[in-house]
Amino acid sequence: MANVPADLRYTKEHEWAKLEGDKARVGITAFAQEQLGDVVFVELPKVGTKVTAMKTFGVVESVKAVSDLFAPLSGEVVEANGELAKKPETVNSDPYGQGWMIVIKLGNPKEMDGLMSAADYEKLVAAGGH
Amino acid sequence: MTDTSTSLKRTPLHAVHVAAGAKMVPFGGWDMPVQYTSIIEEHRCVRSAVGLFDISHMGEFEVRGSGALGAVQALTTNDASTLALGQVQYSLLCYPHGGIVDDLTLYRLADDHYMLTVNASNIDKDWAWVTDGGRGTWTNVSEATALLAVQGPRAEGLVQRLADQDVTRVPYYHFVRGKVAGAPCLISRTGYTGEDGFELYVPAEGSAALWHALMDAGKGDGIQPIGLGARDTLRLEMKFALYGNDIDDTSNPLEAGLGWVVKPAKGEFMGRAAIEAMRAAGVKRKLVGFEMVERAVARHGYRILKDGHAEGVVTSGSFSPSLERCVGMGYVGADLATIGTELDVDIRGTAHRARVAKTPFVPSHAKKI
Repeated sequence: MANVPADLRYTKEHEWAKLEGDKARVGITAFAQEQLGDVVFVELPKVGTKVTAMKTFGVVESVKAVSDLFAPLSGEVVEANGELAKKPETVNSDPYGQGWMIVIKLGNPKEMDGLMSAADYEKLVAAGGH
Repeated sequence: MTDTSTSLKRTPLHAVHVAAGAKMVPFGGWDMPVQYTSIIEEHRCVRSAVGLFDISHMGEFEVRGSGALGAVQALTTNDASTLALGQVQYSLLCYPHGGIVDDLTLYRLADDHYMLTVNASNIDKDWAWVTDGGRGTWTNVSEATALLAVQGPRAEGLVQRLADQDVTRVPYYHFVRGKVAGAPCLISRTGYTGEDGFELYVPAEGSAALWHALMDAGKGDGIQPIGLGARDTLRLEMKFALYGNDIDDTSNPLEAGLGWVVKPAKGEFMGRAAIEAMRAAGVKRKLVGFEMVERAVARHGYRILKDGHAEGVVTSGSFSPSLERCVGMGYVGADLATIGTELDVDIRGTAHRARVAKTPFVPSHAKKI
């Protein structure tokens, strides 16, 4: 069974978002890290950077491949997970926890409604992820 | 996305990989396991213990008859006349213009009987190429032949326990025929990892039983199945060229650092005149190994810069699990090929510092006896 926590929202590009007040914490899903394999490098935006929903905000590199990271929501980056520079493999071992990537202060909280529910995302994964 | 899996070729071990939970990917027209658990874990298993690879996608051609040596000499760059029975040689097929058709290993099976092991993605091209001249009697045994690689410091002990021959006496780049776990094999002390080990050529129908026998007998050694992902990082740490990445029809043996398998003194062969002209004129670019100074992954096709100017191209690049740094290979002008030369790699529009490095990146443990 796919590991898809019910309390998160998802993008079709395999990012998750967790609402925390007027902010959202963002990472990639268990399915995404499985597809990538061993993560060796994560390039994240600096605090203060403006991100736009469904535009790239960074890059994740595995041994085998490079993949863009898409912002689930628009707003300003207020935290970036600096621990990933030292331990990028955390994205593999704990994608929904210590492997988080950025926290966005939401510019338009209504965008949350446009994200996929856990049930819909699970269907996407069951269909092969695309 | 289009489902191409049905049009991809499968090795005789395909079902074994799927059952083991491997992630399957297309490679050179084949549906192959890229990893079973993790590329880094599999890589380390080969460096520290023993790993088992299915490389049955590779092609095997046999040539025999009184014209066999002549045919091989005319097609390949290395000197096949020096091969003893039971010996293996690394060699190249070149075009008349000196570009590379393929790289291969050549086996002298008997008097007037040789085998060429070629890259999977080149089987059809190579077959047309070698049979075009009409010399020797050629047989394409690729489909009937499975190929398993057993690589790592514990490979010799493992294969010895299952073999009816004393494989400890087989020197590097030599082979014997014998049975391994009851299966008739050509047991070759060769590999693509920089570790000691063997490549076992076995009839396709017996390959699954041999695979399981090796996995069972190797449990105590910590054996793991190894996918193409780790095969790629292992060979990259050795700076072994991969056809289609580091060498192709637009690169020549001299710039690729493969001049040591070009033997013009043996007489005429395909590409000889062009390669000799290049040698006389001087090699303009060279395939170098480099280390990234920062943690940034250079990949195939990225530009190599010097002082902001494009000076070359990355042919292979990845994270090195042994060094825990990013390394790569690429072509640069001969004046920039000195160890220690600082270069930049253009990674998504940003220049990242790299340094030409001594290779192999990690010491080879292949048994040079």
